[in-house]
Amino acid sequence: MIRTSGLVKRYGDVVALDGLDLLVPQGEVLGLLGPNGAGKTTAVRILTTLLEADSGEAEVAGLNVQTQPEKVKERIGLSGQNAAIDEHLTGFENLDMVGRMYHLGRRRSRERARELLERFSLTDAGDRPAKTYSGGMRRRLDLAAALVAEPQVLFLDEPTTGLDPRSRSQMWETIQDLVRGGSTVLLTTQYMEEADQLCDDIVVIDKGRKIAEGTADQLKKQVGGERIEVVLVDLADLPAAGAVLRSLAVDEVQIDEPSRRLTAGVSGGVDDLRLVLQGLSEAGVAVVDVGLRRPTLDDVFLSLTGHHTEEEEPAAGDAKPGKGAKVKDTKKEAVR
Amino acid sequence: MSSLALALADGAVVAKRNLIKITRVPEVLIWTTMSPIMFVLLFAYVFGGSIEIAGADYKEYLMAGIFAQTVIFGSTFTGAGLAEDMTKGIIDRFRSLPISKAAVLIGRTGSDIFYNAISIAVMSLTGLAVGWRIRTSLAEAIAGLLLLLLFSYAVSWIMAYVGLKVSSVEVVNNASFMFIMPLVFIANTFVPSDNLPGPLRTFAEWNPISALAQAVRELFGNTGSNPPADVWSLQNPVLYTLISVAAILAVFVPLSIRQYGKAAAR
Ligand SMILES: Nc1ncnc2c1ncn2[C@@H]1O[C@H](COP(=O)(O)OP(=O)(O)O)[C@@H](O)[C@H]1O
Ligand SMILES: [Mg+2]
Repeated sequence: MIRTSGLVKRYGDVVALDGLDLLVPQGEVLGLLGPNGAGKTTAVRILTTLLEADSGEAEVAGLNVQTQPEKVKERIGLSGQNAAIDEHLTGFENLDMVGRMYHLGRRRSRERARELLERFSLTDAGDRPAKTYSGGMRRRLDLAAALVAEPQVLFLDEPTTGLDPRSRSQMWETIQDLVRGGSTVLLTTQYMEEADQLCDDIVVIDKGRKIAEGTADQLKKQVGGERIEVVLVDLADLPAAGAVLRSLAVDEVQIDEPSRRLTAGVSGGVDDLRLVLQGLSEAGVAVVDVGLRRPTLDDVFLSLTGHHTEEEEPAAGDAKPGKGAKVKDTKKEAVR
Repeated sequence: MSSLALALADGAVVAKRNLIKITRVPEVLIWTTMSPIMFVLLFAYVFGGSIEIAGADYKEYLMAGIFAQTVIFGSTFTGAGLAEDMTKGIIDRFRSLPISKAAVLIGRTGSDIFYNAISIAVMSLTGLAVGWRIRTSLAEAIAGLLLLLLFSYAVSWIMAYVGLKVSSVEVVNNASFMFIMPLVFIANTFVPSDNLPGPLRTFAEWNPISALAQAVRELFGNTGSNPPADVWSLQNPVLYTLISVAAILAVFVPLSIRQYGKAAAR
């Protein structure tokens, strides 16, 4: 179980956390959703004893993080924002070392390292230095390291940021397996879709403050579920295309002229998409792209705060799921 | 387990990891052994022939200085290693694990003794090849080598603090060069301090590096017929070196451990 109340952390003038309250009941997965700089990592660092809060209370697995950090460390696993593995050591050596540091003993550490390599499909790579690993493999190894001592509470800070779409969905499956095992997890992410896939509850934060809270469905209702996005060939078709979308939209149609893009929230899913296509072709509107997509963090922000996330691109080279993630949406249905 | 035993056991796990790393990146070890070889050869042949000091063979006089300089530079390895672990987030991982707060530093400084031992061994062999000789007993020679290791161990704790504080490998290397170079040169490492001008001379006489070089020189029997300078520090170089080691450790062990406790990767 994780509980915080009124957590505050300042870095000079920057208020990284501004009175954050969180509650993650035993066996639940909480998604901490927010853009870059929202304070996600700061919250994780405080809860994992790496950082002291300026004020407020934090409790993990029934222990006060400020007064009993050593006990807390025995009960948690952390997979930080950047994979913290030693690239000169092999996967096995990395896990064995972590096992020894949890004081599992020589034999148990080795056994556990092999078990985890197996479980994370790293057996073949287990005796190679980790610097030969792909980004996805490093992330999996880092997650494995967090699980060495079978922690009661697990912290995953942006576990898929920077991964390519394939590694990302692999990672999702891994985390879903984990979650089925009944761990208490705090997971941070910049992706609405990720929180939707993996979390029981979602807390949306911005500038260190909670701005919304609820299940993925509750949030999506607030945000307006799926959206249809149309990119025009010719800006002159804007009024015609706008009319077609407005006939189905559940909210205001958003128009971005420079990119000739229209976006509208819909409730009818694929049926609505078909109707839009039909309407557009009847009106003789040529399009570059039409798609149905799930709301992104930016959509959530726009409807909750009336402004966009300040940084649209989370990190260089990042594949942002949600945008044009039609293939993934199909897969998502299969998973459910 | 007592907390010291726990710190040592955890430290051994960290040290093992550092030593594995040496086998994976042998280039580092090759470079650390190349530079002492280069120093011995350069000093022996470039300066050795042209600098004369009364009452001693300069080549022999020089070796103690090169030993001292090399182990001190060798200890920057501690700072660079910790800075690298900081930037790669490995210190964060260690800090989230239930190990002793001193373990990472004990492990790091401990495995770096091995590093310095290797460079001392390489330097000795190179020195012997160019004509350096130990003119005392085996016991005294060993005492000299141990004193070098002990001093470098203490300096490692200073570097540990620096490494955790600045958390950038480049800054550690450049900054320590800027500090170590004058400290090593304003001393009796390469030339006797007697000819230095006033304040520099006092500094050199009380510079622990002078005492180290003097102590090692005496233990190897390389002082020739020169009496040591007439100051307490150089009259009792072994004792003064040991006091310096104790003082450095007393300040920097707690300081470094505290810095580790609040270290934050960026
Ligand atoms: N060590 C630090 N020094 C100064 N400012 C920091 C530091 N760490 C984080 N911040 C600032 O605190 C805010 C929250 O950062 P962070 O918790 O890393 O956000 P997130 O993980 O959600 O991207 C940001 O404005 C960031 O610039
Ligand atoms: Mg972050």
